Amino acid sequence: MNSIKLRVNGKEVTGQVEGRTLLVDFLRKDLRLTGTHVGCDTTQCGACVVHVNGEPVKACAMLAAEADGAEVATIEGQANADGSLSVVQQAFQDHHGLQCGFCTPGMVMAATALLKENPKPSEAEIREYLDGNICRCTGYHNIVKSIMAASGQDVPAMAAE
Amino acid sequence: MQNFEFVRPTSVADAVAALKGDEAQPMSGGQTLMPTMKARLAAPEILVSLTAIDEMKGVRKDGDQIWIGGGTTHATVARETAESYPALSSLAGRIGDPSVRSRGTIGGSIANNDPSACYPAGALGSGATIVTDRREIAADDFFQGMFMSALDEGEIVTAVKFPVPQKAIYQKFIQPASRFPLTAVFVAHFGDTVRVAVTGASSDGVFRWTEAEEALQGNFSADAVSGLSVSAAMMISDLHGSGAYRAQLTKVMTQRAVAALA
Repeated sequence: MNSIKLRVNGKEVTGQVEGRTLLVDFLRKDLRLTGTHVGCDTTQCGACVVHVNGEPVKACAMLAAEADGAEVATIEGQANADGSLSVVQQAFQDHHGLQCGFCTPGMVMAATALLKENPKPSEAEIREYLDGNICRCTGYHNIVKSIMAASGQDVPAMAAE
Repeated sequence: MQNFEFVRPTSVADAVAALKGDEAQPMSGGQTLMPTMKARLAAPEILVSLTAIDEMKGVRKDGDQIWIGGGTTHATVARETAESYPALSSLAGRIGDPSVRSRGTIGGSIANNDPSACYPAGALGSGATIVTDRREIAADDFFQGMFMSALDEGEIVTAVKFPVPQKAIYQKFIQPASRFPLTAVFVAHFGDTVRVAVTGASSDGVFRWTEAEEALQGNFSADAVSGLSVSAAMMISDLHGSGAYRAQLTKVMTQRAVAALA
């Protein structure tokens, strides 16, 4: 077993993990932070995206032991201190950026990482960035609109397809 | 995934020592190895993580070359070579997706030598030097066929040194589900020489299309390769494309690369 100590959503946590324990399993089973979803477990769907030291990472493709000493952010830590939704979360609600909601934690974490790196992305840049996040419901258009809105850009100006 | 002993050394020397055992496996970003272990296609007894070795990270000038630590992620390479070597930055910035680029590393990609990976084309096309814990190997000698390289058991890629061409470009035709190249070509123009490296196409892994290099050295235009053809015999043939299709793509992507640079 490996002893790990990391910060998750700003709080210090410790744990004992096997070598093979995935970061996503540590978050969901040990910390009971079940907002991070496992869609495929084969590194393709992006439902498990969290931030590790500020960068988006698929938590099903990283060992918990690799997160020792890291700063991890999950969907549970995205809301503002007063409990109101983050700008990205609110935009997903306002623009119907979700239907069943399964992919949403990963989408929100990916979108938040994108806007940190590129505060005013074009529609094409958003679609390119979401390469690793699969949604079975929305057809992506409302997700892209939500991210455009979250970045303060005009949504109706987007081309309809 | 089968369980294993996990070790995370902080120096190259400690990593090499940890890899001495028969059943020890190095892992860098793990974006290939983790899915492989989940599928039980690999089951090491000891997993030696290379992610905590600071001396294997970073991008810096080394004379007229660019030194990139083997443990440097694709995202970092994309960001830090944007001005010094834009073609390499563009290659790194299009591998997989953003989450893969946060973890996957140049050393891991090169050591694995997947026949459809991007970095082998960038390294071979640039005439890079692969630096390991014990020696330096020219890219021309390093890549030795599908998933095969000059690395010995327990030897790790600690850095890659890139000469910077006058101009270069990476033209990738993706397989849209996997985002890997169906066929991609890295063309580098050094003034007196031209190098053309092709990935995704051959069942021998990355290769130099020397016939095109010779033609382009005399006449750097897309027309120079229009009369050439690549043999389909050694090409990968699968449900995504036949060998003949990949052979044709090799030529077309080379022409597109040259047209974009000329």
